[in-house]
Amino acid sequence: MSIMEYNGGSVIAMVGKDCVAIASDLRLGNQALGISSNFQKIFPVTDRIYVGLPGLATDVTTLRERFRYRVNMYTIKEEREIEPETFAHLVSSTLYEHRFGPYFIEPVMAGLSKTPSGGLKPFIAATDLIGCLNFAKDFVVAGTASSKLYGVAEGLWEPGLEPEDLFETISQTILNAVDRDAYSGWGCIVHVITKDKVVSRTLKGRMD
Amino acid sequence: MENLFAITGKGYVIVAADTTSARSIVKMKVDEDKIKVLSPHLLMAYSGEPGDTIQFSEYVERNIRLFQIRNTYPLGPSAAASWIRRSLAESLRSRKPYAVNLLLGGYDTNKHEPHLFWVDYLGTMTEVPFAAHGYGSYFVLSLLDRYHNPEASLEEGLATLKRCIAEVTKRVVVSPGQYKVKVVDKDGAREIEI
Repeated sequence: MSIMEYNGGSVIAMVGKDCVAIASDLRLGNQALGISSNFQKIFPVTDRIYVGLPGLATDVTTLRERFRYRVNMYTIKEEREIEPETFAHLVSSTLYEHRFGPYFIEPVMAGLSKTPSGGLKPFIAATDLIGCLNFAKDFVVAGTASSKLYGVAEGLWEPGLEPEDLFETISQTILNAVDRDAYSGWGCIVHVITKDKVVSRTLKGRMD
Repeated sequence: MENLFAITGKGYVIVAADTTSARSIVKMKVDEDKIKVLSPHLLMAYSGEPGDTIQFSEYVERNIRLFQIRNTYPLGPSAAASWIRRSLAESLRSRKPYAVNLLLGGYDTNKHEPHLFWVDYLGTMTEVPFAAHGYGSYFVLSLLDRYHNPEASLEEGLATLKRCIAEVTKRVVVSPGQYKVKVVDKDGAREIEI
């Protein structure tokens, strides 16, 4: 019985052409017993950054509240919104502060960061439960279905996907990966972040 | 073993808890009330480690009351649930955590809607249409997947609850005999005889 698999749940983020997508399942369980089919694991940080927090459900809520507090403090002090790169390091240091008694969460971040020329660049990152950052150019996965997500994403993802194609790719990836994992599933949610809007869609999935 | 059930319906939440207080194989008490009325429109059912349940529920009860005295209005169901969850989550990483599971049923008097929160001793919280704790949950949750109706009247809701209790009494090896049932709706919280 691993504490990381106690409640179940998975998150994935993918890069597209001038867009990023992040998706998660909606299950909350107690080992094999399903408790809720509407447990959100992905939260907005700013208009252009989302963070997914798969792992122990009590820490999902605790960390979500902690990040909200720290991002609010940053926004007030700096008088500007936080950039995805900065937020990734904030997540990393928050987790590493608890190096010897960690929060049992492996965060996944997706956002659009500003470039010096004034454009926007897709950004995704993930960390382990003690805050070791992993910046990827293609996709990042975490949670109980992570091994399955790697397999499906490896087969479906390709560079330069437009927002609609990216939505299709990430949706098929998570739906199919999650069906092979007993601890994830019960519906999914997908957020596609583009330069002028964020499209959030709830997906129906197998309820077994 | 201890069982807690709760069901939401059209404008109400029904919360039920068995009344046995057991230690090992011995029933010490058969008329224990495990549902506290925290504020006029908020109910909390609790189970878990015997000493912790009393200590924690009274701590919550007095703090919710303190808020009401200070601010003249009570905390809403989701605000109260968040505060209670945080208390448990902070306790979890302390030297001696409270081992208490909760079901929080409340009626939002501003938006006129019922709320039910499932909370466990780790500080896991989620809003659900129906919930259960204990061995009874393995039977009751699947039964409610089939028979729960969010638009049901109070009478229909109580009928569903009776089916849950009947199922647990029939199928669980060590099942408690009696249940205390409380309802919260627009008129506030009250006990109901079943």
